[in-house]
Amino acid sequence: MRVMVAVKRVVDYAVKIRLTPDKTNVELKNVKMSMNPFCENALEEAVRLKEKKIASEIVAVSIGPKQAQETLRSALAMGADRAILITTDMRTDNEIQPLTIAKILQKTAQEVKPDLILMGKQSIDGDNCLTGPMLGGLLGWPQGTFASKIEVDWANKTIEVERETDSGTQVLSMKLPSVVTADLRLNEPRYATLPNIMKAKKKNPSMSKMLAV
Amino acid sequence: TVKVTMLSATAAVRGVARRSALLSTARNASTLVVAEHADGKLGASTLNVVTAAKALGGDVAVLVAGSGAKGVAAEAAKVDGVTTVLAAEDAAYDHALAESMTNLISELQGSKSFSHIFLAATNEGKNIAPRLSAKLDVSPLSEILEVLGEDTFKRPMYAGNAIATVKSNDPVKIATVRTTAFDKAATEGGSGAVEDVSGPGDAGLTKWISDEVAKSDRPDLASAEIVVAGGRGMKNGENFQMLYDLADTLGGAAVGASRAAVDAGYVPNELQIGQTGKVIAPNLYIGVGISGAIQHLAGMKDSKTIVSINKDPEAPIAQVSDIF
Repeated sequence: MRVMVAVKRVVDYAVKIRLTPDKTNVELKNVKMSMNPFCENALEEAVRLKEKKIASEIVAVSIGPKQAQETLRSALAMGADRAILITTDMRTDNEIQPLTIAKILQKTAQEVKPDLILMGKQSIDGDNCLTGPMLGGLLGWPQGTFASKIEVDWANKTIEVERETDSGTQVLSMKLPSVVTADLRLNEPRYATLPNIMKAKKKNPSMSKMLAV
Repeated sequence: TVKVTMLSATAAVRGVARRSALLSTARNASTLVVAEHADGKLGASTLNVVTAAKALGGDVAVLVAGSGAKGVAAEAAKVDGVTTVLAAEDAAYDHALAESMTNLISELQGSKSFSHIFLAATNEGKNIAPRLSAKLDVSPLSEILEVLGEDTFKRPMYAGNAIATVKSNDPVKIATVRTTAFDKAATEGGSGAVEDVSGPGDAGLTKWISDEVAKSDRPDLASAEIVVAGGRGMKNGENFQMLYDLADTLGGAAVGASRAAVDAGYVPNELQIGQTGKVIAPNLYIGVGISGAIQHLAGMKDSKTIVSINKDPEAPIAQVSDIF
């Protein structure tokens, strides 16, 4: 089974944001950036599927500036097999629209051909909480959002998702391929080991420039 | 497409005014509100979304889908300001599965051409709205706080520390509505016409297995007037009984929690207040053993009065507390 994980480089969750001097946007210069927390959960789940010998390949994908290579190197260090970066000069917190991101991921999925797409439920900069289910809609795949537990039945090509609802939890069974978005309670992400971080430093994500979608 | 036209910081702002003023210019709007319902009753969140729809001017239609839709539709028809109620009585739409609901709503949009489609910014609404938007090839707006015009809205970013003014030029504006930003429409006074509708039925991709719903006599956390919340300082789940007792003494308050308390297993997930949990704005919020991380403040800083009980004088929540 091949898993595609979409990860995003965002302002670190502990940062107190400020506006730019001209007050037109949020200041990003010299601000600490990190992998979006929910994306870490998505990636961790993919790595666990590989450890359980259910997933055979993990492909990490990101859309962002060239510096997002660092985010993808962290993904490789955590256990992704290969990484793809689609570069753009547009701001990914409030300039590029989630629908555009979803369309880029749709095109990427058509090339990567995953059986499962995992991503964070929401990115903490834009707080849109849209990309995952939009991607599900574009691909016509079933979606399991706000997942707190997943179980893949590869033999029957189904996935059972326990998801958080407004009044408790819900369990759904979906046919693969599916899109699943992760919440913090899905798992506890590992820290990449130093040897793996060093190995990842030598890998280069395959990069391509964002084209109009 | 949607463009951000303005951004403002909200670090010092407390208290979001409840928006329910009618726009004088937007008479051409025709809005569909996708209702939530459970146990044969209309969901409370739907009443807040109806108010947001009314702010646009124009007709307000409410869609009720699933088993028992006809009964809930009769209730929705009495809501003040509702023009029409579309009842899709069909078990295929039970549990509000995103795939089936998306197909139903997009088929209705094909025949009725709404200018706006609003859903509550609950986990249910946030599951459906984006998939629907992708299918209709429009950019959805998440968690709108204010309606400034037919195509202009305000929404929060960065855990509510920045407010963006966004403008959409899409043929249909699909948005999820932050319920705490709009008053509830009155449940009487409306005389909407109920219309039976049908759609494509089960999308056949997803099977509902089970729901675990916490049964409680307490008011719904998202709309309660008084909320007592506990954090990591509560030390364990048993200590939360003190908060339930306090809530009872206060005359039926809701009980919530910080993410830390939920993650530690003190209480179940639906009690979580925060940036990605429930956003609340009660008249009175009492936080016990909650430090006030950015992400928690995002979920409660619009409460009218904030009381915090905490041993740590440096706790960030002190900065937004009226009584600490």
